[in-house]
Amino acid sequence: MSVTQDAIEMIDVDKWFGDFQVLKGINLNVKPGDRVVICGPSGSGKSTVVRCINRLEAHQKGVIKIGGVVQDGSSAALDAIRSEVGMVFQQFNLFPHLSVMENLVLGPMKARNMSRKDAEARAMKYLERVRIPEQAHKRPSQLSGGQQQRVAIARSLCMEPRVMLFDEPTSALDPEMISEVLDVIVELAEEGMTMVVVTHEMGFARKVADQMVFMDAGEIVETGTPQEFFGSPKSERTQAFLKQILQH
Amino acid sequence: MRGILSLAALLTLSGCGSSDIWGWYVINPMTASGWVNIKFLINGMGATILLSVIAASISIVLGLLVALPGLSQRRGVRAVNRVYVEIVRAIPLLPMLFWVFYGLPIVFKSMGLSLQIDPFWGAIITLALSDSAFTAEIYRAGIQSIAKGQAEAAKTIGLNYYQTMRYVVLPQAVRRILPPLANQFIYIVKMSAFASVIGMQELTRRANELVVTEYRPLEIYSLLIVEYLVLVLVISAGVRWLERKMGSDERG
Repeated sequence: MSVTQDAIEMIDVDKWFGDFQVLKGINLNVKPGDRVVICGPSGSGKSTVVRCINRLEAHQKGVIKIGGVVQDGSSAALDAIRSEVGMVFQQFNLFPHLSVMENLVLGPMKARNMSRKDAEARAMKYLERVRIPEQAHKRPSQLSGGQQQRVAIARSLCMEPRVMLFDEPTSALDPEMISEVLDVIVELAEEGMTMVVVTHEMGFARKVADQMVFMDAGEIVETGTPQEFFGSPKSERTQAFLKQILQH
Repeated sequence: MRGILSLAALLTLSGCGSSDIWGWYVINPMTASGWVNIKFLINGMGATILLSVIAASISIVLGLLVALPGLSQRRGVRAVNRVYVEIVRAIPLLPMLFWVFYGLPIVFKSMGLSLQIDPFWGAIITLALSDSAFTAEIYRAGIQSIAKGQAEAAKTIGLNYYQTMRYVVLPQAVRRILPPLANQFIYIVKMSAFASVIGMQELTRRANELVVTEYRPLEIYSLLIVEYLVLVLVISAGVRWLERKMGSDERG
């Protein structure tokens, strides 16, 4: 695998839910270190793109490669995704019956056969990174939404993925908790983590993105640097979307 | 034990004295013959409990194995679950018992196996099979009630299907599954009475045998009902204790 190998490569990807086509000819290249932000109106297929990348959804046409491995649903390809791609969900999806620490060590211990001692050391490292080491022995239900989402980020980081996917990571949060989560993501971006972020937070997008992707009705309408995208959007649909989302 | 029963008997007997429509003497613990009869009846308790516990244990495992394909994305795999549940659920227990006890040995014989089925295992196989369709549905509903995001999150941290079920989904589902599963266990205890018709020496069989020799159905079957009642109440208390215990380490 060469250094210039794309972290994620999507070529003409189509996907249907029943008769409804959610993705239409999606082409996307994410190089190592890239920070891609996907935005667009709800129902435009942006979450589905992210969910296809780590194969929580199967696509029907086209090719998706993760670190050069073609995703065909085979278990070898799935192993490649699970070891390279981390995911943060809108609804956090922490395991409510386990403590924060148990949430974090589960993957490393069960999927990577790491010893409890090593797994806990790694978990503490990432809890410190998201600035909540003191919450390690609480249950998720005892934490605020912002803290829960930071635990979820730490849980993903414990698998030491090469790419992080964020599916609207702040959409379920109260407004005062959004920045504490975004700050953590910005830090990760500054450290060079490859990431694909679906978000409506345009200020955040402007700050971290080096590639903006605008989707509407299952298509990628426009891509570009944040300067191009926010400064001089080419498509009318992008202009209309930005006008709506930025007018507040 | 004998003391408690004697007291209960005293109260009952005092009310229905010597009239010859009452025959409580057959189970009067204060007389030697009455006490022998009571011991004969209660001695079936062990068989009823053993039968129910083994059948329920098999049903709990079998039910899970039947439920899992029912949760698959693939229609063909789901069909396996549907067909099993619909067929097994539709067969009444008694005909199934006859089929297993009298019919199944012939199937074995035709395959060149000289496998005899005794009343004990005949009853266990039947109870476990019949119950498994219901436990399968309980599992399926319990597992489906756990949000899809839980299994997705488990996948994204590299857990395989077995690990996702074992560490993430089932521990959460168990709390919802336990009460209906306990219901099913009580159901099995009661249905085990059918084992009497193929000669299994459990509570009901013994009561039947005593009725034949003593000719006192009312008194003997009354005691039989009390025996089942005690058994079920003890199970209920056990389940409530278990629920409290699990509840306390779930909510933080």
